Amino acid sequence: MLMEDVRLREGLRACMNCGVCTGVCPSAEFYDYDPRRIVNIIQGRDDDQIEALLRSETIWYCGECMSCRPRCPRGNTPGYIIQALRTLSQRLGLFVESEKGRQQLALKRTIGQHILDKGYCITPRLVAPSQHPEQGPVWKWAVENDTDFFARLTPNYMGAGSGAVREIDRETISEIQKIFEVTGGSAFFENIEAASDAKAREMGFDGASDRYMMHTFSHNSNRH
Amino acid sequence: MKRSSWKEYQKEIADDRYYYARSCIRQNFFPGSETTFLRIMREALGKDIFDDPRHTSCTGIGYHSDIVPLDTTMAVVARQFALATEAGYENIAVSCITSFGLYTEILETWHEFPETEARARENLFKATGREFVIPKNIAHTSDLVFHNREKIEELAVRRLVDARTGEPLRIVEHIGCHYAKIFPKSGIGGSEFPYVLAGMVEQWGGSVVDYPERRHCCGFGFRNYLVQANRGFSIANSRKKLESMAPYKPDMIVANCPGCAMFLDKWQYALAEMENSTYGADGRGIPVLTYEEMAGLVLGYDPWEMGMQMHQVDVEPVLERLGVKYDPAAKFLGRAGKYIGAPGEAAVNSFSGDRIYRIRQ
Ligand code: SF4
Ligand code: SF4
Repeated sequence: MLMEDVRLREGLRACMNCGVCTGVCPSAEFYDYDPRRIVNIIQGRDDDQIEALLRSETIWYCGECMSCRPRCPRGNTPGYIIQALRTLSQRLGLFVESEKGRQQLALKRTIGQHILDKGYCITPRLVAPSQHPEQGPVWKWAVENDTDFFARLTPNYMGAGSGAVREIDRETISEIQKIFEVTGGSAFFENIEAASDAKAREMGFDGASDRYMMHTFSHNSNRH
Repeated sequence: MKRSSWKEYQKEIADDRYYYARSCIRQNFFPGSETTFLRIMREALGKDIFDDPRHTSCTGIGYHSDIVPLDTTMAVVARQFALATEAGYENIAVSCITSFGLYTEILETWHEFPETEARARENLFKATGREFVIPKNIAHTSDLVFHNREKIEELAVRRLVDARTGEPLRIVEHIGCHYAKIFPKSGIGGSEFPYVLAGMVEQWGGSVVDYPERRHCCGFGFRNYLVQANRGFSIANSRKKLESMAPYKPDMIVANCPGCAMFLDKWQYALAEMENSTYGADGRGIPVLTYEEMAGLVLGYDPWEMGMQMHQVDVEPVLERLGVKYDPAAKFLGRAGKYIGAPGEAAVNSFSGDRIYRIRQ
């Protein structure tokens, strides 16, 4: 199943374990994370080790910056391999076995749902100042006064027509939703919900409620 | 490698007639920059660029958060190509770095694995009845400003120099990772010596700061910022860059990725609040500009009409050095000059003698 992913075929030729990818990797600096090791496990094709990866925290550390890609002397892309592993981990429902993996529910319900509802990954009100203290007082002020302030910079703010942060028409939104249905994007979302719900119950939550979602969004065990 | 090695990575950039692909991140955090880009293209350069109300997110942030499968992303991008085809445009001007990287990656994947293109065409047709022709040219919007940098210089009302001394401004350029790290040949100068912003800075009289962590990621890392519990990754990487550039005393940072421009700005705010660290030579933050704003200042556009008040680190020090005349009272006005109050204060903008230049050496 893993080898069916074009990103894996594109991202992996023979790795010589030189560690250059790890040397440039921003995640390796911050987390207990070593892309060289991941590439080596995948090229070893050991099913048990790969399954352990799919359940692990490790595959969720990468930032997908792709800094590793131009530097690898063998033309590998550890970041692509990570993408393939994360996709499979979610398809098999194994992502809920790690703290960082469980966060996929929060990403699905924020960014994912916003694409389906609004046609954009984010709009100003999604970046709510209460959840984003790091955005600072200027952003807080801009969002709280959005209809007055954004409209100074973009004439159709949340309105019909063209321009930045406009409202996207219903027909376009329904095309995007149809694309998600036809291509398996919606099924992928449902799968994230179902596996999260089962795990939430196992963890003593009342299913994949907002409370569980917020837990995945904000909890950090600091064991990374 | 010689500094001129950027010339080996020359890419083809179409000269006119573009379909404009907006960016979720840029329009959200810097709506005025997108407005300014269109103004530069249309008013200053006389180009035809189509701003389509039916355009949507490419799903890129969702794709790189691994919640949107590749087939879905390919079909959404295929829809954008179809909209361009239907409108009669063969060139795409992409505002977002994530989208730009994704478009180039998808075209490359379709080329290498033709069955993925066939599937995208089939999915798109099934979902929307649309069909598309592969675009002739895909450029990031910073490529287009770079491409027209000489013409912009001819129209310039000022250069990127200190208005009092004539000294060039010291400018840190930050290139979004997905601009050229995915496909070095897709970016001017490639991934090691990207020249897209440095070319603008040098053309308009500024000087480019070289510093050790110049190519390090800004720290977005998708899920590493989007999920609250992971934001330590993001701020730590921004700090690594800021600490590396601070000894060179830059006057400003300019970025071609909207996310990078936002993070390098907002994390300076957070670092000042959390650790009392600031990185500018005067004890305050280093202003961070988008390249649209930098070009707009060169062309004499009003900073507040371009939305430069949206940066958390005050941009006034740069405006003053450049000799830009601006109205301080107009900074935080709303539409049609309406008074809507002003944001709260922030340590990153308050200059105090005892807190000056506290960076870890
Ligand atoms: S840089 Fe390439 S060859 Fe070296 S360890 Fe990483 S993946 Fe393997
Ligand atoms: S893509 Fe992932 S593995 Fe590669 S350098 Fe970036 S964070 Fe590291």
